[in-house]
Amino acid sequence: MNALKPNRRNLLQGGAAALMGLTLMPYKSMAAEEKKLNFYNWDTYIGETTLADFNTATGIEVKMDLFGGNDELFAKLKAGNPGYDVIVPSGNYIQRMVKANMLMQIDHSKIPNFANFDKEFQDAEFDPGRKYSLAYMWGTMGIGYRKSKMKGPLDSWKAVLDSTDYAGRISIQADSEHALGIALKYLGYSWNSTNIVELNKAKDLLIAQKKNIKTFAKDNGQDLLASGEVDLAVEYSGDIAQVVAADADLDYVIPKEGSNRWQDTLAIAAGAPHPENAHAFLNFICDAKANAGIVKTIHFATPNGAARALMDDTYKNNKITFPSEDMLRICDPSLYLGEDAQKVRDDIWTAIQAA
Amino acid sequence: MAENGWGDAILDNWKDYLRVFFTLATPGTLWLLFFFVVPMVFLFVLSFSSKSIVNGETSVLGYDYLNSFNNYIEAAGTSYLVLLWRAILWSAAATVICLVLAYPLAFGVCFAPQKWRAYLLLLLILPFWINLLIRTYALIQVFRSQGFVNQFLGVFGLGPYEMLYGTGAVIMGLVYVYLPFMVLPLYSTIEKLDKSFLEASLDLGATQARTFWSITFPLTMPGVITGIILVFIPCLGSFLTSDLLGGPNNWMIGNAISNQFGEANNWPFGAALSFILMYATFFVLFIRAMAARRSKGVDA
Repeated sequence: MNALKPNRRNLLQGGAAALMGLTLMPYKSMAAEEKKLNFYNWDTYIGETTLADFNTATGIEVKMDLFGGNDELFAKLKAGNPGYDVIVPSGNYIQRMVKANMLMQIDHSKIPNFANFDKEFQDAEFDPGRKYSLAYMWGTMGIGYRKSKMKGPLDSWKAVLDSTDYAGRISIQADSEHALGIALKYLGYSWNSTNIVELNKAKDLLIAQKKNIKTFAKDNGQDLLASGEVDLAVEYSGDIAQVVAADADLDYVIPKEGSNRWQDTLAIAAGAPHPENAHAFLNFICDAKANAGIVKTIHFATPNGAARALMDDTYKNNKITFPSEDMLRICDPSLYLGEDAQKVRDDIWTAIQAA
Repeated sequence: MAENGWGDAILDNWKDYLRVFFTLATPGTLWLLFFFVVPMVFLFVLSFSSKSIVNGETSVLGYDYLNSFNNYIEAAGTSYLVLLWRAILWSAAATVICLVLAYPLAFGVCFAPQKWRAYLLLLLILPFWINLLIRTYALIQVFRSQGFVNQFLGVFGLGPYEMLYGTGAVIMGLVYVYLPFMVLPLYSTIEKLDKSFLEASLDLGATQARTFWSITFPLTMPGVITGIILVFIPCLGSFLTSDLLGGPNNWMIGNAISNQFGEANNWPFGAALSFILMYATFFVLFIRAMAARRSKGVDA
């Protein structure tokens, strides 16, 4: 969920090369794994002391590399795992990576802390039986807005997609899933629609609204909102929650037509050099105290009920982080639609950009 | 080459020292072969390939190699032509602005006192010490509606003006990034310019303007052409600037390519788009070669 994309790729190449060297080194005994773990994570997406605490508890040293988006993570692993053990893909990428045999099955007998998860996170649409992934953090997609600039109550995608009220004051997520997704929901369809008629309606809607949209934001909608560049930003709940904490004039709403709920997950990459350590790390992150430590740093919604119980009321009662059951019910999950359906969406996305 | 004495010596005799020559030239050649030719060949092959179908389903990772022209046919669609046209148009605009700004700048550096020149050139390349992404973020801080420029104008009761998220912002960003690439070749030709030609022209009664257009400009043409190429070609393929400074109508062909290699996970199509962009680039170089021939052997 962070903005620094292209340059991180360069930085990481060096790291990957170093890792490649590591994995090629022969070990005296493969039975006893060396005390190391290679963790590939989003930026600012782990607790301040989590890795050090894990090291204290197990003696395993964690080396963390950072990626800027699922596409980057996927591209990195697509030509073969360069040596990563634990990775953090979003749910729809879990499906895609399972299809491409890029993940290792999780041995649940080694994750006793799995019981700490809320019941709805012990299974997933994108990973039935949680064979390949554990929930890490979750959230919704909605509109971050500046209260003092609103011309009326904000409860519909209409404000950003089908109205001139906020012309030039709107930013929308710059990728085919989210831009088309919100348009589909506004039109009353599914977030994951593959129906070409519905998709074309969403496309026409976005093209017609382009003149009122200031920019398609590359995951920096919260910055545009906080700096007054836009008054409405279609963004992830977690990102908006962070700027709302600093500016009381900002707020977040999930429109009444419904939206999307996403989930980032922990998974073990196929060919991971340290699978035992990876399981130990997964179990550690599911520990209530360790998990609460992460949440205290990054403020995202945790699927770990035991960890949430350890948090203060400000976090537990945060309406942005934890929307009502009714709201969540009309939010569709992000699903992988297959390569062909993905291509249809990407062609439409290009057509929108070129229109 | 001709005025360089020891260069002549080497060029005359390299055949007498074949072993030395090949020892020195081989690492560089292998490097180019391995890191330039091999990936390019891979992309070229990929551009005629498609994702393979396994059990009636399109594969995530597998390719069927060299089995279709579909990528090129698809790339001829209106959307991609629009994006290519935008890239050409805006790169041309950025190049012209760079030239107009850089020419006097290069002259200024050339005619500065000797001891200052090195520092002035250093100032020119200083921005390259900071990553492009970081510099672009800094530009956003400066030009956004609550940015430094608008805060300054606000003191005089002006603005705030919307300066980002439009075509103007993208072209401005391109000029900002590539201006030094125009100044440096211009500087090196202007520095070599024989000033006695200018004096002769002025002595014979030509005006300053006439002297510039008839003597100075033609003589510095090689630098101008090199500068145009060094600016125009990277502009054509750029995507970061339009990503960060552009609005909803500012995708260029580079953005489409980066999207195909990233989110869309369609490398064959991305490869085809890259090669189309490369053909466009070759076309520009071809025009340059023609121009060079017309200017009777004066080459950059």
